[in-house]
Amino acid sequence: MTQIFHHSFNTISRVSIFGAVFMAATLAWVGDRIHRSPYMTQADVVRAQPVPFSHKHHVQGLGLDCRYCHTTVEESAFAGIPPTKTCMTCHSQLFSDADILAPVRESYQSDRSLEWTRVHDLPDFAYFDHSVHLAKGIGCVSCHGRVDEMPLMWRENSLNMDWCLDCHRDPGAHVRPKERVFDMDWFPAERRDDLVEEYEIESLTSCSTCHR
Amino acid sequence: MASDGPSQAAPQKPTEQPLPEDRLTKAIIREGHTLGSVTDKISDIVLTRKTPRGWYIGLGLSFCLVMLMLYSIGNLLVRGTGIWGLNAPVGWGFAIINFVWWVGIGHAGTLISAILLLLNQSWRTSINRFAEAMTLFAVACAGLFPLLHVGRPWLAYWLFPYPNTMALWPQFRSPLLWDVFAVSTYATVSLLFWYVGLIPDLATLRDSSRSRTKKVVYGILAMGWRNAARHWERYETAYLLLAGLAAPLVVSVHTVVSFDFAVAVIPGWHATIMPPYFVAGAVFSGFAMVVTLAIPLRKFYGLQDFITMRHLQNMAKVMLATGMIVSYGYLMEIFTAWYSGSEYELHMIANRMGGEYSVAFWSLITCNALVPQLLWSERVRTSLPLLFIIAIVINIGMWLERFIIVVTSLHNDYLPSSWDSYAGTFWDWSLYIGTIGFFLSLVFLFIRFLPMISISEMRMLVPAAEDPEPEQRLTEDSESSQGGGE
Repeated sequence: MTQIFHHSFNTISRVSIFGAVFMAATLAWVGDRIHRSPYMTQADVVRAQPVPFSHKHHVQGLGLDCRYCHTTVEESAFAGIPPTKTCMTCHSQLFSDADILAPVRESYQSDRSLEWTRVHDLPDFAYFDHSVHLAKGIGCVSCHGRVDEMPLMWRENSLNMDWCLDCHRDPGAHVRPKERVFDMDWFPAERRDDLVEEYEIESLTSCSTCHR
Repeated sequence: MASDGPSQAAPQKPTEQPLPEDRLTKAIIREGHTLGSVTDKISDIVLTRKTPRGWYIGLGLSFCLVMLMLYSIGNLLVRGTGIWGLNAPVGWGFAIINFVWWVGIGHAGTLISAILLLLNQSWRTSINRFAEAMTLFAVACAGLFPLLHVGRPWLAYWLFPYPNTMALWPQFRSPLLWDVFAVSTYATVSLLFWYVGLIPDLATLRDSSRSRTKKVVYGILAMGWRNAARHWERYETAYLLLAGLAAPLVVSVHTVVSFDFAVAVIPGWHATIMPPYFVAGAVFSGFAMVVTLAIPLRKFYGLQDFITMRHLQNMAKVMLATGMIVSYGYLMEIFTAWYSGSEYELHMIANRMGGEYSVAFWSLITCNALVPQLLWSERVRTSLPLLFIIAIVINIGMWLERFIIVVTSLHNDYLPSSWDSYAGTFWDWSLYIGTIGFFLSLVFLFIRFLPMISISEMRMLVPAAEDPEPEQRLTEDSESSQGGGE
């Protein structure tokens, strides 16, 4: 009676059986890494925009305040995208013939909004309110990163739920004085648990805080 | 269908005429069998006998039902759980009823293979293999229902605790999560137990098959089994260990399933009797399913020598005993409701007995408490048609029991303003009937490609003295053992 299998099958079968555990573990690890990678979260990925608007130039270079454009950030859930009119306050005079600004002028003349690509887009099942975060001493930079150093806009953080919960479970490590919330280059030197008490911050982690 | 099987088998063998059955036999294997005849009789079904036409018809019909199941699932995924009959008070419908029903059916396999093994009940030997297979297939059907009931089955992995981007763990205080662990453990241990038990038989198939493909496939599955003493020693240890692991699962799995109900504060669910009552019900329905499968199998494949009347009688007795426990459970439910004096519990019982679903309730009492009493009579226990019908009736009764528990408690709960009726829609029924087809398809494939009775364990039941040429057989074994690579 002949052998069914070559004797190398002894090794192959052992390796494949014991290796299966490692293969499964590796696959799980790779899946997790992909899930957390910029490919999935779009963190650090520069998005194409109709006009290559530079926050670095407008904020760091010219010293515009965030609220000059994002007007509703202190009183509403949505920070607000400026109407073309806001751009034209300056650009009707400055660079008024620049090719790069042609879509802005066209939008102004046709009265149709510029279609910006939203960079920080939370899923619809997550409720988020800008105003309460500012009112309780969370700075723009804490979530959006150094926007004043971004020539083109990207997402600084993953916006994954564990990232939200990092702060919601431990606000003391992230809170800052209210007068510093719009400061891009100021960071608290130490934990400010005193502010958590002063601002009456409840670290809300119940499901319905965000999933309403 | 297969009654003509033996005559079509290998022509060198004389035509076997089934002898008239001894209905009162105490034997667990008919006298006169040798090691060789046991091996041939079981392995021939897989290897040499022509596949009976009935097998094709049966698989074909079951496969049509599988198509119905897939159609139903496809529709569910496209349109959502709204196509089921679920409504505001009755959030648990067919999905949970069918889940409990299928998981329960699986329990007989584990009881037969693990507990009866540890109790040295040698009569388990000829029925344990397909009872275990039945367990696996039933658990596969059961698992489908909660998976689909979550609404987005592609996210079902959220049920497992793993480090995730949501920084969340599942709710460990919920019995629904305990279910995940109970059922997945159960499926894993049952699969391992079944597979380890199959290894020596797979080697037998490898060594007796003539085609190259079969040799390779069975050879890979046999994992290099060479019938060596060392193999046997390890095999016995592993098998015993797995039996030890599986034995507590017989009790724990359905206990956890009963917690889904008992931990809730719904009248009719929140009762301490639930765990033992569920476990007994599970074994009850499981044995009914084993009998339902065993009677046609032994007839069509001529296995009366191995699955004797003793086996069927014993299973009938287990059904009678567990049926009595279940009936006691029904009585205690009524007693507890009355004794509690709670308005809601009393309403629940009155509603079960005289409400919208009273027909289902009294049918369930008839099927599960009254009809099994016939099994006290030995004449009933040894009558194949009656036993088969009783087993089917018990299967129906156990489904009705779960229907009554789930629906009557939910559709009339504490708030009369939210009361509503419930009935399964076409999609509920098609999925349920579809899983029965899925189950039967798997059974058909199993009996065609794997030995449905454990060859190696049956050999041990044959008195060695009756083996005509033990010497020669040993040499044959050691020769054939060269065949398998490891």
